[in-house]
Amino acid sequence: MNDAMPKWADILLIPIINLALALFVSGVVVALIGENPFEALRILINGAVGSAYGWGYTLYYATNFIFTGLAVAVAFHARMFNIGGEGQAALGGLGVALILLFVDWPHWSLGLLAAIAASAVFGAAWAAIPAWLQARRGSHIVITTIMFNFIASALMVYLLSKVLLVPGAGGSPETARFAEAVRLPSAYDIAPWLGFSRSTPLNISFFVAMLAALGVWLLIWRTRLGYEIRAFGFSEPAALYAGISPTRIIMIAMLVSGGLCGMMAVNAVMGEAERLVIDSVQGAGFVGIAVALMGRSHPVGVLLAALLFGILYQGGAEVEFEIPGITREMIVVIQALVILFTGALDNMVRMPVERLFLSRRRQPVAPLPKDPTHPGGNPDAGKVEP
Amino acid sequence: MDLLTLLQLFDSSLRLSTPLLLACLAGLFSERAGIFDIGLEGKMLASAFMSAAIASYTGSVWIGLLAGIGASLVLALVHGVASITFRGNQLISGVAINFLASGLTVVIGEAWFALGGRTPQLEGASRFHELMLPLADPLRGIPLLGPIYSDVISGHTIIVYLSLAMVPLSWWVLFRTRFGLRLRAVGENPAAVDTAGVSVVGLRYAAVLICGVLCGIAGAYLATALSAGFVKEMSAGRGFIALAALIFAKWRPWHAMGACLLFGFLEAFGNRYQSLELFGADVPVQLMQALPYILVVLILAGLGGKAIPPRAGGEPYVKER
Repeated sequence: MNDAMPKWADILLIPIINLALALFVSGVVVALIGENPFEALRILINGAVGSAYGWGYTLYYATNFIFTGLAVAVAFHARMFNIGGEGQAALGGLGVALILLFVDWPHWSLGLLAAIAASAVFGAAWAAIPAWLQARRGSHIVITTIMFNFIASALMVYLLSKVLLVPGAGGSPETARFAEAVRLPSAYDIAPWLGFSRSTPLNISFFVAMLAALGVWLLIWRTRLGYEIRAFGFSEPAALYAGISPTRIIMIAMLVSGGLCGMMAVNAVMGEAERLVIDSVQGAGFVGIAVALMGRSHPVGVLLAALLFGILYQGGAEVEFEIPGITREMIVVIQALVILFTGALDNMVRMPVERLFLSRRRQPVAPLPKDPTHPGGNPDAGKVEP
Repeated sequence: MDLLTLLQLFDSSLRLSTPLLLACLAGLFSERAGIFDIGLEGKMLASAFMSAAIASYTGSVWIGLLAGIGASLVLALVHGVASITFRGNQLISGVAINFLASGLTVVIGEAWFALGGRTPQLEGASRFHELMLPLADPLRGIPLLGPIYSDVISGHTIIVYLSLAMVPLSWWVLFRTRFGLRLRAVGENPAAVDTAGVSVVGLRYAAVLICGVLCGIAGAYLATALSAGFVKEMSAGRGFIALAALIFAKWRPWHAMGACLLFGFLEAFGNRYQSLELFGADVPVQLMQALPYILVVLILAGLGGKAIPPRAGGEPYVKER
């Protein structure tokens, strides 16, 4: 099956066809609710990448999605499905808020390092219980991580409305603002010549996300541990036979995954909001699933897919503003369709494309027109549900 | 806690466990046939929206119920196509369906009603109403048993009784009919069923569609009986709780009823005692709300003993390796 088609088709052509299908169905939904999908697409792209203002938000969202996408990807390599990104990122935000509120950092760089560490530890801790339950008790990690999302949400409401609430914040549950000293340099501070406005949310965490992507690549493909994680993901019995401990791999993969989700808070809580608010994650944990699936769990793919979803998020906000008939939840629909087509219906595209490549390859080699055997070696490949 | 409070608590437990029970039985059929379904949540949500929307358009709750079942069936079919025909990952398909329902219900709801993702308030014939069972009033005077009959057992919507009747029916279908035997076999050893000349694909589609119908009824109950209209994200994790109940029940119908009643009781308890004082300290309301989710984790952690899922669960069936 692996040599049925060239590698570029596997990593580029199929995701692009999947994405095109998802966007097409989204367009049909937009048309069905009585709006013009082409107009919506124009506003979306223009709003996301048509100005420095748009780019600032697009890359800010992309930064969040790089973290959560990498997180889901690392877990995927160990064949773990981490849907708990929302909760882990929320806890990461708590870690950032605690370390920045209760310690006086003389300079933002020290604060940044502390926030990265705290967010990673808190995110990893929130992933640790589901991971341990999966490894030792066989509890289904998908259900436990979803439950931990609900529990995290209740916990954050409690902490923000009862414990960390600043008096006189106007009733909205949020912490005090972080000190001015730990304000992260924004894109405006770093590169004002690029035309970013003073209020752009894009900040130095973008580079942290890039480093995280590099780190994940090194971990998965250049270390012994990464090899073990991938081996475990390919075949648990084989890994077991090779002396790899499933508990160790599940724990490590999920802790790294939770830590990466938590680090999202460095961008969203420390970089943008500069205080901890209710629902600081805003669905980014879930977007990570679509990003990891589209990016084929590879850091480069994750970067590209995160950029795509950054465009969708920022552009989607503009569309909602310009066309009131299309609500923000349209992004969730697109996200769902991307997950559906790239993740669950992958074979629907893969089977015909594979057959196409096989028939093209076969032509010069086997000139006989009547070949009784099946071309793909898979008799069901041509079956398509009506 | 006096008797009256306790009776009210049981009454509300039964009310709240109904959607869980229907979703749990839905999952039972699907998983017994070897198709994992974490999309119960999405199917319920889609049905809740569609039933409320159509009931408010037509003024008939029964047409609404049918529309809700229809919406749920469409998503069930998507899950079937992805996981049976195209042998995709069943977990990913379920997640996609949950997101799809969560997004589409608001997008379409906003386009149809422009009420911020809600549907108009349902009243009159566009809702399910409580039924008084025969002799509920005259029997009330009998000590203990009278109030139990007339206050706890009587006075629910028809769907509550339907869901309770579904328990023995599911048991009978799964364990006493040829179809049920084959359906269970397809979840344990599909190759054997195939060898016997029975269609694995057909059986699995049948299971997925039954699951769709039951989720549809559960969703319609949420929007047209438990509440009077659709609210964004109103399924609130019930699909996942139903899955946990299914595992707790070890994929058996009667045990599923017990597990769902337990979760219903927990929710009723949390609703009633929003502020609870325990050992002199206030228990935060958020803890009470998170209680069912925490119990799910405890159950999955093995509180109920080891649960062994159907052996071929989650694996697509490939004829001729």
